[in-house]
Amino acid sequence: MDESTPPPPPAPPAEPSPPPPPPPVATSGSPTDFLKNVVGKKVVVRLTSGVDYRGILSCLDGYMNIALEQTEEHVNGRVTNRYGDAFIRGNNVLYISAAEAL
Amino acid sequence: MRTRTLRANMDSSSTGIQEPFDLIRLSLSERVFVKLRGDRELTGVLHAYDGHMNLILSDVEETIMIVDQVEGVPEGHSTVNIAKRKMDMLFVRGDGVILVSPPSRT
Repeated sequence: MDESTPPPPPAPPAEPSPPPPPPPVATSGSPTDFLKNVVGKKVVVRLTSGVDYRGILSCLDGYMNIALEQTEEHVNGRVTNRYGDAFIRGNNVLYISAAEAL
Repeated sequence: MRTRTLRANMDSSSTGIQEPFDLIRLSLSERVFVKLRGDRELTGVLHAYDGHMNLILSDVEETIMIVDQVEGVPEGHSTVNIAKRKMDMLFVRGDGVILVSPPSRT
């Protein structure tokens, strides 16, 4: 056996290694995705009257009826009421804002 | 690949609430606080409700806040008059309801 050079080991596959997909950003997606993501989080619910309700969003439905826990009612930046639980009728809702990181 | 867990209803495990109306259902026969349009509030015992949030309350006290807008007085410093009245049995039309708060379940 002559000492012919052994064939070079097969080069490791070039590993195209696509960049990892960016982590899912909770703030992207449809409004429904947003709402699913904020369930269980602190939110601010503003009513059309300008009153704010800050609390933990326990759930909501298709009418945007909302159940909140540990709710504070804010009028003109001042706490005016506290409720252990609160049901807010959806027609009064102007927006729901996430009050903590999703 | 990241799997996203479905977190709907996850937080409600402690309370057993799947939809907002469950909060109302759990308050039947209890004294509830109801905030209405027109600066009115009610407390009464909840007997029945429906999907419109029409309510039947008994032993009701209504609180009406009447804000006197005085010329030249900055907003927030105007006097608020409070009127109260009582009713034995009351039907509340749902579209007037802003908020319903059950008694605290502690």
